[in-house]
Amino acid sequence: MGVVGEKLQPTLFERSRPGRGEGKIPHPPADALDRIPASARRATPPALPELNEPEVVRHYVNLSQLNFAIDTGFYPLGSCTMKFNPKLNEWAARLPGFASLHPLSPDEVAQGTLELLWRLEQALAEIGGMQAVTLQPAAGAQGELTGILMIRAYHRSRGDTERLDVLVPDSSHGTNPATATMAGFRTVTIPSAADGGVDVDAFRAALGPRTAAVMITNPSTLGLFEKRIGELLDAVHEAGALAYMDGANLNAIMGRFKPGEAGFDVMHFNVHKTFSTPHGGGGPGAGPVGVGEKLLPFLPSPRVLREGDGTFRLERPGERPESIGRMRSFVGNTGVLVRAYAYICAHGGSGLEQVSEDAVLAANYLKRRVGEAYEIPYDRACKHEFVASAAGMKKRTGVRTLDIAKRLIDYGFHPPTIYFPLIVEEGMLIEPTETESVETLDAFADALIAIAAEAETDPGLVTGAPHTAPVRRLDEATAARQPNLRWRPMTGRQMPCPD
Amino acid sequence: MVPADLRFTKDHEWVRVAGDEATIGITDYAAAQLGDIVFVELPPAGRSIDQFATFGVVESVKAVSDLFAPLSGEVLEANAALTAEPELVNAEPYAAGWMLRIRIGDRGQLDDLLDADAYTKLTAEG
Amino acid sequence: MPYGPHTEADRAKMLAALGIDAVDELFSDIPAALRATGLRLPAPEPELELSARLAALAGRNRTDLAAFLGAGVYRHWTPAAVDQILLRGEWYTAYTPYQPEVSQGTLQSIYEYESLIAELTGLDVVSASHYDGAAATAEAALMACRQTRRKRVLVSHAVHPHYRQTLATYFEAGLEFDEVPVVPDGDAAGTVDLAALERLLADPERPVAGVLAAQPNFYGLLEPMAQIGELAHAAGALFVAVVEPVSLAVLAPPGAYGADIAAGEGQPLGIAPQYGGPYLGLLACTEALVRQIPGRLVGMTTDLDGKRAYVMTLRAREQDIRRDRAASNICTNQALLALAASVYLATIGPHGLRDVAALGAVRAAELEAALAAVGAPRLHPGPYLNEFAVRVPDARAVHRRLLGLGVLGGLVLADIEPDDPALADALLVCATEVTTAEEISRFAAALEDAIGRSPVGADARSGSDGRGAGLRTTPAGVGRR
Repeated sequence: MGVVGEKLQPTLFERSRPGRGEGKIPHPPADALDRIPASARRATPPALPELNEPEVVRHYVNLSQLNFAIDTGFYPLGSCTMKFNPKLNEWAARLPGFASLHPLSPDEVAQGTLELLWRLEQALAEIGGMQAVTLQPAAGAQGELTGILMIRAYHRSRGDTERLDVLVPDSSHGTNPATATMAGFRTVTIPSAADGGVDVDAFRAALGPRTAAVMITNPSTLGLFEKRIGELLDAVHEAGALAYMDGANLNAIMGRFKPGEAGFDVMHFNVHKTFSTPHGGGGPGAGPVGVGEKLLPFLPSPRVLREGDGTFRLERPGERPESIGRMRSFVGNTGVLVRAYAYICAHGGSGLEQVSEDAVLAANYLKRRVGEAYEIPYDRACKHEFVASAAGMKKRTGVRTLDIAKRLIDYGFHPPTIYFPLIVEEGMLIEPTETESVETLDAFADALIAIAAEAETDPGLVTGAPHTAPVRRLDEATAARQPNLRWRPMTGRQMPCPD
Repeated sequence: MVPADLRFTKDHEWVRVAGDEATIGITDYAAAQLGDIVFVELPPAGRSIDQFATFGVVESVKAVSDLFAPLSGEVLEANAALTAEPELVNAEPYAAGWMLRIRIGDRGQLDDLLDADAYTKLTAEG
Repeated sequence: MPYGPHTEADRAKMLAALGIDAVDELFSDIPAALRATGLRLPAPEPELELSARLAALAGRNRTDLAAFLGAGVYRHWTPAAVDQILLRGEWYTAYTPYQPEVSQGTLQSIYEYESLIAELTGLDVVSASHYDGAAATAEAALMACRQTRRKRVLVSHAVHPHYRQTLATYFEAGLEFDEVPVVPDGDAAGTVDLAALERLLADPERPVAGVLAAQPNFYGLLEPMAQIGELAHAAGALFVAVVEPVSLAVLAPPGAYGADIAAGEGQPLGIAPQYGGPYLGLLACTEALVRQIPGRLVGMTTDLDGKRAYVMTLRAREQDIRRDRAASNICTNQALLALAASVYLATIGPHGLRDVAALGAVRAAELEAALAAVGAPRLHPGPYLNEFAVRVPDARAVHRRLLGLGVLGGLVLADIEPDDPALADALLVCATEVTTAEEISRFAAALEDAIGRSPVGADARSGSDGRGAGLRTTPAGVGRR
């Protein structure tokens, strides 16, 4: 019995039969398009598949069952905060009043959504200790770009155009340096200190009149709180630079550390992590950004404003000339934000504090258990996640972290994040979240311990895993060397259709 | 065993000198460390390259690595076969998996490179 | 805490295993001076009460209006199957398919999405990774710059203003763009000014990486895409088509008129308007540009046993591996929205999609006739599919009056383009397959009433002249029936 379903599916294109699936849309008159000039018309109809609804449903239900998901099992993917996605939130986002509202509706038509967005901004500002929040960025990475572009605008507004460097620790998410490049900065990578924290002295040495910003993830991608964060923030500000906080790991510190109050100038929130909006197979997300006083004028437009009479409105084009402008169309991923708002309200202040406490307690407990069989490179109190390593096991048995990850699938678990952060050899970044029971944590630890024993006694069992998934390990080299990125009838002959 | 007639950088590129020209590639060790190579990005003929500066990029399934020039010079030819068959770098790193042919700019730079013994020692240290 | 599993006994067990008395000890590494003292937020709201309050908030949005608002986001009928599929937890509670062995569902669905959009656009490489039409368009412009190693793009003024503004933000870091004006009057009014484009392309000091034009454009008009593409290519620039996917059932696909890249908003494919998102940024390109396209790509391959399987591929272009040299910082793939689009397309099929596009055109022609009859002629004479601008005196006041009469009369163009005098006193309106004859009548009647009460209304109606082109009679066969 596999951890996911077994019924591999032919493609939609192979299922297609001409003539199927008619009847959902009334037919327009034959001359409906006569006024469109021939030069603009399509010569041949697109070769989209033709299927009837029962086939479509069966196709997608069977495909869905090939997926591991939070709703089907434990998904301890470090750095991703795979917590339970409350069903109330799905219901709320689909309420017709929210779902069918056009984004260019006049403000008077959209008062319910505008009020919700405004209240969410207030709540996030409180959680982040920030002065104000924009909900516009479509994802965490776009939030990063928003924040760094605001920093750029801030320095420019002061006539300070020589600041071209963004400092990031080597343990950072790849989005941090990629964002710096997109915003026209040069990335300077700072090695981590031996305790896994930021190397404040190395940062100090790199800081200077060319430094525009420092990007820090706190707790770090190793799941460790930066003990010297105060010193670091002081040094950043002394150098005239600004401090960006990557809020990916906010789930560990709600109510206990507010980045804005501690001195960060700007941060993003990953609502799909901390505030339970669904990961959706990789998206959509939303990446609200909070700012302190210095960056307030540069927030993207439009913002949601509350008028004196208690009504709400969107900023008008050009209303705030110092704004960095627009990051995307319309106001933001409102459908995602409705879910985040529902989550925050359901928990309230006390509930969010409890979320962080339970997430941290669960991670420390699981670290203790996993430490029975694996190395824990940074063995101090972790926050919501921790890194274990199989470096010793690899030396002894040849079994790698990748193999352990694949073997976990046979035990019914989703593997943790592996080989990230890059600075840990054979690393596994494990994040249990607060919504998993002690029984689940124990079962997962027991599985990892059992795999460690298998690696010693029967390494082939581990290196050949997974044995129970619908497919075995994939030929990724051929996939990259001769990319097959779209269906063509030829494909079917090369790679036979599943039964 | 690394070929004795080559010179090496510490970044695992090799160079073979023949008259005014040199051929450049990456070592067996480097190819093995990267794993299955899926893409090689090389400069076109005519471009100048500088010793120890990056001249291209090599990608494996899940890693990317800069290529550093062992010598300065002008590119005469990039190995076109690698476009269709990047796996040649894994299979025959010192032969069919070569990357660039260049006209050598400064033969003196050869003194800044490792010989086969020194390179073997470097890789043995891991 | 509403979703937590831990009993006090569970917490006690975990604390005991750690040899500590209180969870506070796990937070002792936060420097005392920087410790926060809790959250000043309301108390937890029980689900019973919260659900009622959320429903009340949703109820404060007005959804009772006869709506003719498009401007980049369109109301369409969506088969019930789409949301039924999307509600399966196996889709929406999974993450990026890093472990392909237990993610074949998401991977195959993305591969199929890539294939479906490739069919619609006529371009072979499709990324499922983009936030919306604006961000996808900005990424397309960046692709053109990387590919050509040039720093300047030209964007038609008739590309959606939000897309142009987003492009401006993304280009802030050292790239430049110029707007290509539209033809001010005559038969081609409102479409790309080809002569101006040619002049802008001719500057030898500032070579152009890419030319961006929308089909249909922001005013709903059809552009001479092939000619724009030829001019771009002649200058060594790439051609980026900004497209609307439903229209691609009937309009020439970008691949057929020489576009190198297509970008656009995927929302019309089964995704609700939701006041701005989440949507689906469409991004497709030719095979020659595969190394430049940012975001996740899924390919078909085999497993160790030779079984067909799918995997994320060309990963080394991405931010988590290439870091500061990545093509983009994008990490998201909009998988759930790509799924919605795929289920939508699979359910209605090629004929259904064509019918949706054609019905929109029919309803729009009816709308044009009805509005013209009450004194709101078209602003531009050229052909359109299902969206067009009409000249309305005192448009902002009229639009507000229409709301009072239960009609959302499109978009006041001056609200979104305040600096464009050509768009003063105009509404952008659209119709789709869900627009009814009754709604059109309501709009026309309300508009007649609203214009009649406008201080300049009487003039505008009696003197429906000057813009004769806008009052062209509806071509045969698409009139009211």
